[in-house]
Amino acid sequence: MSPSNATALLVWILALAATPLLGDNYVVKIATFVAFYAALALSWNFIGGMAGYPSFATAAFVGLGSYAGALVQNAGAPLAVGWLAGALASGLAAVALGAVVLRLRGHYFAIGSIALVEVLSLTASWWSGLTGGGEGLNVAFLPGGPDTIARVFLYVMLAIAILALGTTVVVMRGRLGFALRCISQNEDAAEMVGIPTTRCKIIAFVLSAIPCGAAGAAYASWVAYIAPADAFSILLTVKVPVMVMLGGAGTLIGPVLGATALVLLEETVWARFLDLHQAILGGVIVALIFFLPGGLVGLARRGRST
Amino acid sequence: MTPLLELRGLGKRFGGIDAVRDVSLSVAPGEVVGLIGPNGAGKTTLVNLITGVHRASRGAVIFDGQDVTRQWPHQAARRGLARTFQVVQPFPRMTALENVTAGALFAGAAGSVAAARRQAGALLDRVGLGEEAHKPAAILTLPSRKRLELAKSLAMKPRLLLLDEVNAGLNSSEIDDAVALIRSIAAEGVTLILIEHLMKVVLSLATRIVVLHQGALIADGTPAEVTADPRVVEAYLGAKFAQRQAKALVGVERA
Repeated sequence: MSPSNATALLVWILALAATPLLGDNYVVKIATFVAFYAALALSWNFIGGMAGYPSFATAAFVGLGSYAGALVQNAGAPLAVGWLAGALASGLAAVALGAVVLRLRGHYFAIGSIALVEVLSLTASWWSGLTGGGEGLNVAFLPGGPDTIARVFLYVMLAIAILALGTTVVVMRGRLGFALRCISQNEDAAEMVGIPTTRCKIIAFVLSAIPCGAAGAAYASWVAYIAPADAFSILLTVKVPVMVMLGGAGTLIGPVLGATALVLLEETVWARFLDLHQAILGGVIVALIFFLPGGLVGLARRGRST
Repeated sequence: MTPLLELRGLGKRFGGIDAVRDVSLSVAPGEVVGLIGPNGAGKTTLVNLITGVHRASRGAVIFDGQDVTRQWPHQAARRGLARTFQVVQPFPRMTALENVTAGALFAGAAGSVAAARRQAGALLDRVGLGEEAHKPAAILTLPSRKRLELAKSLAMKPRLLLLDEVNAGLNSSEIDDAVALIRSIAAEGVTLILIEHLMKVVLSLATRIVVLHQGALIADGTPAEVTADPRVVEAYLGAKFAQRQAKALVGVERA
């Protein structure tokens, strides 16, 4: 990690952590969303950025984590156990589902991964005995006033993002990160130089699922109510890859930068154009593809080299 | 001596076509075997069967006394069974150095990324790519990419190296360099199987030649035996080559 990256990330963490001192609960809420999306973007980066597998399964793991966390919490377990259960459920699901969908490549994988979101969403709707079906599931409120609750969830989301960040640093420096880069560029050649490609891809998929599960479970206890359409949101599953591409896929700082930029854009600009919200997201995607193939990080690099 | 590689009645069927049929072959450690045959004879399919890219329909592949018929390519690589591709397969956005590092790290059992990079640097110098170590593989010329492919497979510390047309598309001085390089690899004790269309190259390197025709092995012997075999002449070499070769051999005897 370069010193400038380390400094930037430290400033980012401290700025989010300091929001309760600097602003009201609205500012803290935005900071919580920044941390939440940064955690999701960092986790997508393992499979989508490093391994080059365009996954749309983010919402599947967020949704699964939120249901697992909510059910465990409603069964009487402490909050933290519920969040761990969310992480565990998504991680295990990634092993099982990854073994199937990671056989597909390119567009086929993208479609397969989006199907996971739909299948899990329908399961949550149908299995009403367990999940409450389409009526949703209430989750016990956290005791304490609104200020306390706002702070607790800011720090929980921030902790998940920091863990995802730490994992990214370790993976990028080591053999796994190297192997994933090889896979993203030429999977057959990667296999030929001795990389167990299937195992590496499954590990990347699991790494991309665990923070989603934890963040989903924490989100469920934060909003205290989940329903299939919200938990398994297709919009979320598209937004997270867009954030990573906006920042710079396959880099350390890109996902954090992209998530922060998009959440802030959403809050400051889009909130004034509620009807055009999704149209603007579409515009951002098109602009990214045409003008920013390397994301903001790539733009900075280009600026430096010329 | 126990063979390093043994093929027992190996066969591969794609739909209704027998790409490789009933190939039995035994390669001793340190041998340099030329594998020749017309286009479509099944040479690359045979390499794919040996390195786990395709699964054999029949028969067995024994490497160093172990049945490896059902191995994955990455397992083959880790066992010391390396190959180059006819169509080069670099990691395009990585530098030449990183490409070779991958071979050293994952199959060559280098202890760390740093150790793998050091080995890779030395290998690039050896194949004459030292100057281009930090260029992305995608912008290298074809001859350079062929050498990169060779450096990458050497980084894997192979015991058996299958070279699939490493000289195709090179000019004659580049071929001379490549031949010298291949000879130095063989001198280190690496067993080689060369797939090659250029008979000049095969004859200057191979101690033994096997001929594949329509998926079957039709000849196996010393270069002199094989080039004089009427079936090989008919299937692959052509009458003109046989005449020239006969004159050359007579010349050698007279001198």
